[in-house]
Amino acid sequence: MTILTERLADGVTGNGETRNGDSRTTATEATDSSASSAPSGAGEAVVEQLRFRPRVLVSRDRKELMLSLASGLTGSAGMCLVFDWSHPLTYAIWALLIFLTASYLLARDSQSPVVAADRLVTTLVWTSGGIAVSALVWMLVYVAVQGFKGLRLEFLSSDLSKVGPLDDGGGALHAIIGTLQQMMIASVISIPIAILTAVYLHEIKGRLSGLVRFVIDAMSGLPSIVAGLFIYTIWVLRGNGPSGLAAGLALAILMIPTVTRTAEEMLKTIDDGLRESALALGAPQWRSVLQVVLPTARSGLITASILGVARAVGETAPVLLTAFGSSSVNLNPFVGPQSDLPLFIYQLLRQPNANQIARAWTGALVLVLLVLVLFVLARVIGEHGARVRGGSR
Amino acid sequence: MTTMYPSSAGAVTAGADATGSVPATSQPTPPPFTWQGELHGEDSTEQVALARAAPSASTSARLDATDVTCWFGKRKVLERCTLSMEPGQVTALIGPSGCGKSTFLRALNRMHELVPSAAIAGQIALDGVDIYSEAMSPTEVRSRIGMVFQKPNPFPSMSIADNVLAGLALSGISHPDPDALVEQCLSRAGLWAEVADRLNEGGMSLSGGQQQRLCIARALAVCPDVLLMDEPCSALDPISTRVIERTIRELCEEITIVIVTHNMQQAQRVSDNCAFFLVESLREPGRIVEAGPTKQIFSNPSDPRTYDYVTGQFG
Repeated sequence: MTILTERLADGVTGNGETRNGDSRTTATEATDSSASSAPSGAGEAVVEQLRFRPRVLVSRDRKELMLSLASGLTGSAGMCLVFDWSHPLTYAIWALLIFLTASYLLARDSQSPVVAADRLVTTLVWTSGGIAVSALVWMLVYVAVQGFKGLRLEFLSSDLSKVGPLDDGGGALHAIIGTLQQMMIASVISIPIAILTAVYLHEIKGRLSGLVRFVIDAMSGLPSIVAGLFIYTIWVLRGNGPSGLAAGLALAILMIPTVTRTAEEMLKTIDDGLRESALALGAPQWRSVLQVVLPTARSGLITASILGVARAVGETAPVLLTAFGSSSVNLNPFVGPQSDLPLFIYQLLRQPNANQIARAWTGALVLVLLVLVLFVLARVIGEHGARVRGGSR
Repeated sequence: MTTMYPSSAGAVTAGADATGSVPATSQPTPPPFTWQGELHGEDSTEQVALARAAPSASTSARLDATDVTCWFGKRKVLERCTLSMEPGQVTALIGPSGCGKSTFLRALNRMHELVPSAAIAGQIALDGVDIYSEAMSPTEVRSRIGMVFQKPNPFPSMSIADNVLAGLALSGISHPDPDALVEQCLSRAGLWAEVADRLNEGGMSLSGGQQQRLCIARALAVCPDVLLMDEPCSALDPISTRVIERTIRELCEEITIVIVTHNMQQAQRVSDNCAFFLVESLREPGRIVEAGPTKQIFSNPSDPRTYDYVTGQFG
């Protein structure tokens, strides 16, 4: 602000001194001279005077915002009183509607319909984002509050095999081990298949890619219980019995479409120039894909894998059908029933017993934390790998 | 055998003080190695593949295109283009946009056929061998006829040094002394002085002009006989352009260079021969109107359309 006024003052005095000439040229000359003379002595001063000027609402906008917010809150309260509504959600929805209407009308009145429409859309976008984030935060906080009570070291280090329904203690070690093993199996099976399929779809663009894409799309709509039933029929019932491996197979079926489509999108973002450069250097296509395209898409492919894991880690139904669930630790994923965290939650939550329900909530919290840790780990590994690759020969 | 200096003089002086590891430019002594000497000096069985790819500097390859016609789907974009690209010379392809220069260039190293609907007729011979015949595979053609693209595109996942070596890695060839090769190729591309102390940084950390020279170094590392350049300077500032033009002039002693350019001055500065492409009217394919020594094309063209174009009457 201060710089601006100084400049303006300079301009004015300059104008006054050389009044004879055309006013436009004198103005530019004046600003030029002030600009060129400024650095000689006042260079540091100018730097100090530079002030960060964030984009803020002007006071009129702020006043209108407050006014519409107040009218929304009070108007909705009034309606609730008059019509005898008591649900907080009803109150919130009416408050929001009245707030939006009021802010639109105020802006249209004080400025113009265009500004009002702009403000309406801006407010809507902000509100939608706010609703989405607050729903998520609410859910996470709720799980954390409910689950935190039971979160002790014992919960992570013991299972439920020797704990009666009404006893204290016990934990979810068996479920945690089951989740980790099943996710590992499902990832090892599905991620290579999915990434190679994505390579087929986007790099090779084979003759069957249309068909493959259609099948993958159809698979992504596959209800998870159908995947469970499929493995149950062709694997569990054929003498193999329930196992973590069977659950991993069912989860892999669910992961493949998600990872494939996301990985394909990631490959699409790679510049065609890179592929052409690799080929122009005399590379066969498989080397171009392996050494140029996939490393460049690396972080995107990790994201795709994470999304696949996220899709599968919360599945209950297929695990119920293929691993059956258990209350004791089974370290061997190839033989015998196994539990996992969603199944643990499902089975305990259905029991009419506050103790068991509290365990289920703690299990939910552990599941959320486990997913969080896996995601952070995958990100860190991805970044670290990229750095090592960039730094070594 | 041509002696080869490690870098263009300007580029070295620009960065010599900063790095200190560059040979002094004040005394243009012969470099510690030469391109050919380097490759043939070592007696290793691994060298066989490289020796094949390595051109002998005194006899860089000639490229003859005869009646080249190109299609994209049913649309004919280029018709009966005949052009000889002489060994050790720079041939510039000029003409307005959309006249098939780039298509012609991409046909010269079989990049044209990467477009699914593309088709081609005619003959392109590298030292007398038809590159579209069964005698040569596309990968062999492309490793002998390198290409530099309009947009600088170093591989983002690789360091500067790895980018230079990418051509070898991508062909599955191992080099006995990769460090020397990196220095040699970067020097030839006029980039060594600027990046000598940060070879392990990512290729994307360079400026646009440096990235393009890195791409040239990358293309040089596989020892091509011919280097095709598709408007290599169109995305660069005048100073980077000048450095690259100087690089081109130095390289053309050992490598046959074909360059597409929209810049008339650039064509005059860097090329020995010129070919003028033109599309007569919409829906007609592009044709070569006139080809010949650059001096003649620019001073005394035989075709009036060439005269109009090079004097800026249209296009």
